[in-house]
Amino acid sequence: MAETSPGLAQETAPAQSAGAPPAPEALSLVPRAVGKQSMKDFKSDQEVRWCPGCGDYAVLAAVQGFMPELGLAKENIVFVSGIGCSSRFPYYMNTYGMHSIHGRAPAIATGLASSRRDLSVWVVTGDGDALSIGGNHLIHALRRNVNLKILLFNNRIYGLTKGQYSPTSEAGKITKSTPMGSLDTPFNPVSLALGAESSFVARTVDSDRKHLTSVLRAAADHPGTALVEIYQNCNIFNDGAFEVLKDKEQAQEAVIPLEHGRPIRFGAPAEDGLGSRGVVRDPATGDLRIIDVTEEGTEGVLVHDAQAATPTTAFALSRLADPDTLHHTPIGVLRDVRRPVYDTEMASQLEHAAEQGGKGDLSALLHGNDTWTVVG
Amino acid sequence: MGRDAGSKEVRRLDRVIIRFAGDSGDGMQLTGDRFTSETASFGNDLSTLPNFPAEIRAPAGTLPGVSSFQLHFADHDILTPGDAPNVLVAMNPAALKANIADVPRGAEIIVNTDEFTKRAMAKVGYAGSPLEDGSLDGYRVHQVPLTTLTVEALKGFELGRKEAGRSKNMFALGLLSWMYHRPTEQTEAFLRSKFAKKPDIAEANIGAFRAGWNFGETTEDFAVSYEVAPASSAFPPGTYRNISGNLALSYGLVAASQQADLPLFLGSYPITPASDVLHELSKHKNFGVRSFQAEDEIAGIGAALGAAFGGSLAVTTTSGPGVALKSETIGLAVSLELPMLIIDIQRGGPSTGLPTKTEQADLLQAMYGRNGEAPVPIVAPSTPADCFTAALDAARIALTYRTPVFLLSDGYLANGSEPWRIPDVDDLPDLRVRFASGTNHELDDGTEVFWPYKRDPHTLARPWAVPGTPGLEHRIGGIEKQDGTGNISYDPANHDFMVRTRQAKVDGVEVPDTEVDDPSGDAKLLVLGWGSTYGPITAAVRRVRAAGDEIAQAHLRHLNPFPRNLSEVLGRYEKVVIPEMNLGQLATLIRARYLVDAQSYTQVRGLPFKAEQLATALKEALAHG
Repeated sequence: MAETSPGLAQETAPAQSAGAPPAPEALSLVPRAVGKQSMKDFKSDQEVRWCPGCGDYAVLAAVQGFMPELGLAKENIVFVSGIGCSSRFPYYMNTYGMHSIHGRAPAIATGLASSRRDLSVWVVTGDGDALSIGGNHLIHALRRNVNLKILLFNNRIYGLTKGQYSPTSEAGKITKSTPMGSLDTPFNPVSLALGAESSFVARTVDSDRKHLTSVLRAAADHPGTALVEIYQNCNIFNDGAFEVLKDKEQAQEAVIPLEHGRPIRFGAPAEDGLGSRGVVRDPATGDLRIIDVTEEGTEGVLVHDAQAATPTTAFALSRLADPDTLHHTPIGVLRDVRRPVYDTEMASQLEHAAEQGGKGDLSALLHGNDTWTVVG
Repeated sequence: MGRDAGSKEVRRLDRVIIRFAGDSGDGMQLTGDRFTSETASFGNDLSTLPNFPAEIRAPAGTLPGVSSFQLHFADHDILTPGDAPNVLVAMNPAALKANIADVPRGAEIIVNTDEFTKRAMAKVGYAGSPLEDGSLDGYRVHQVPLTTLTVEALKGFELGRKEAGRSKNMFALGLLSWMYHRPTEQTEAFLRSKFAKKPDIAEANIGAFRAGWNFGETTEDFAVSYEVAPASSAFPPGTYRNISGNLALSYGLVAASQQADLPLFLGSYPITPASDVLHELSKHKNFGVRSFQAEDEIAGIGAALGAAFGGSLAVTTTSGPGVALKSETIGLAVSLELPMLIIDIQRGGPSTGLPTKTEQADLLQAMYGRNGEAPVPIVAPSTPADCFTAALDAARIALTYRTPVFLLSDGYLANGSEPWRIPDVDDLPDLRVRFASGTNHELDDGTEVFWPYKRDPHTLARPWAVPGTPGLEHRIGGIEKQDGTGNISYDPANHDFMVRTRQAKVDGVEVPDTEVDDPSGDAKLLVLGWGSTYGPITAAVRRVRAAGDEIAQAHLRHLNPFPRNLSEVLGRYEKVVIPEMNLGQLATLIRARYLVDAQSYTQVRGLPFKAEQLATALKEALAHG
């Protein structure tokens, strides 16, 4: 048996295998897969036990399908989850995994990612897990910017405990625990993440595999914490919660697709082929509003800038969504900016300390400066 | 060594107990620390007891704002910070009032008369001046205008009266250093280094310190000085230093990491009296120590558990209220069977309780404070320096058995200090571990597989397979696992088996037999302790024996599992007395486990037992045997 494991002793960039695409900066310390991988390599031998028709299946398939593209040695990938339906996810991935306790996955993953920079660490969580019991850990992971990819499955309901309202449920929602309607104002996870200094925030939908995969790719490439909110259908306790975003006709009014560097246009196509509606800034209030470009023209329509210096516009975009109807819901990468990554900074403090003070000498430490000797 | 104490009468003493007391802003802890360092380097045996309020600056001149530091030093081996001070330094009326009850008649009291104004005395309820109303008759009171003398001494410095007066603690330290012939070079060097960026302040403090010394030498009020010879015969040969419990514990953790050849990861949230361990470990990044100040107690242990999964030596440090918050994660660690150290520096409870005071009331929390059957080994150091060895021992158990381990220190051990014979690094235990690197099981069809819960038949530990190891990809979690495979299992028989196996693993942890100190072998009464009561119990036992009685003593390092021979030891004695700083938690465990009619002797005053008090209790127990 080996004395040590790869990655514990040294943190050198692994050699690139010939022909493989270069690793993104976020993953430069993670060993690349040697041979060609397929989706099958990432399926564990465990029977998947979500309800038939659950949106989680689509997300699992998308993630398993994306992993070969990422091209990392699968032993260097870890999925950490909390408690809830979505948190069973790690059992189904043939990587390292930990199904932990309610709400604490970001904290556990923070310890793992900051001590093992040769790992690609993913957190799978839900709206109850991440935003209710684990809200504190989520916001602190985001502000620290540890190299974690957080997949937040938002179905706006508690599924595993059989149908109570969640912190993202719409106000007035009738559930088992709110027979006269929920009194809570829901969280908007994207707004929350932006307010928590998140360096990467995106939103996608379970049923749109292509978009989901593109967001996973962007998140994986991002150095630091990435929060991906995935609207996920719970067909048992909250079926059709996101139908308005999925139904082609309704989606025209509901979805604001965001692409970096592109005008923020949606709705039925105008003459130029882009959407007939656009997002502009109201000069009076500084807030955003939606216009009909066929009437008001395209001048002033914002161009999406996920890399803007401040999160102000991204936050304003996140507020366009109506929490009840989901009309004007931005989908895509809202923010993707570079700032210092916690685990990188932690490692450089250790290196710096060793350079300054020399590698630790235990005997010298134990002796300190004030000793005396007793002679026998 | 020290400066010449002059031509006055010198008396030899075998031991002295000094208590410095003042406002929390008066620098009493610093004064005590410096006197301790001087005393340590002089070669006395010593033991200290800092005692301070939880508030950083309680209202000035009030009883709750009094901060004190007691130091016991001797020319022989001692065990406690001492019961009753021979000398009380009272920097204000509140300090006098708060401490006088502990000071026996005949003791010396040095008061700072500048602070004994009508207003200050009235503030703490003195109707008249205790310096004049005869209430201090029988004490040897030295009335010294410490503030005025300090300000006078610092006239050459460009400091206002208030600023100059701040150095009065150094004046007092100088005076006491003269009285007891302490070496002074280190204190001067310390002050120069502490105020390296403010050389004026450094020189002013040194000026006050020297003025205090000279005052003792010249004034007639102090006619006698005292010598306490080095405790040469009390110490085996070796190199020594003075060390507090929290520092020893921090060094023990660094040493464990080095000896295990694993990076140390500390996940922690600030809490009194454990924060000093976080501070200390944060200094040693050149040892590869990753210290992570989390958003809360739960994240502190969560991050540690994540690091343990990744192959670090994982530690979380806290006190009682923090343990309560960490309980669920400790349960997860029990289920995941990953090594981790949970350091609980106990303080007075329940709830916020007495943050800066000591207590041993978390034993049952450590033992049972989790949902389900979640056994965790428990290790308890007995003295400040012993925290070093206890940390290595806790790491040994965690790494060998792949389990979270509790280390129960307390506020008294954490802040108290004593001389420590520095171990030779080559003599420290080898804690190296082997990570799993390949398959460990053959299926019926001949396929070689890795089973994360296939156990070592001797220790019952499961393999530690860290991410990054090819072919060992596996999933673990808090849901009950199938024996061997680690897959989710709700099978009744499997659950029963797993619960019993986890218990058997902890029950099987190898711990040394407990040693009994029973010189004649004829004692009928055994006094049994654990943790920081070691010093006071041992001192009390000495007194009982000095009075001609037979008594046996045993002290537990391991609370879970108990030493194998404990049952036999308990059975040897007609009577068992268990002193604890709680309401009888070890006694409860002993009575339940061994069906022994153990008697509890308890105290929860936030302070360690006094040796005399315990000796009296033990004599009574002997008399009513």
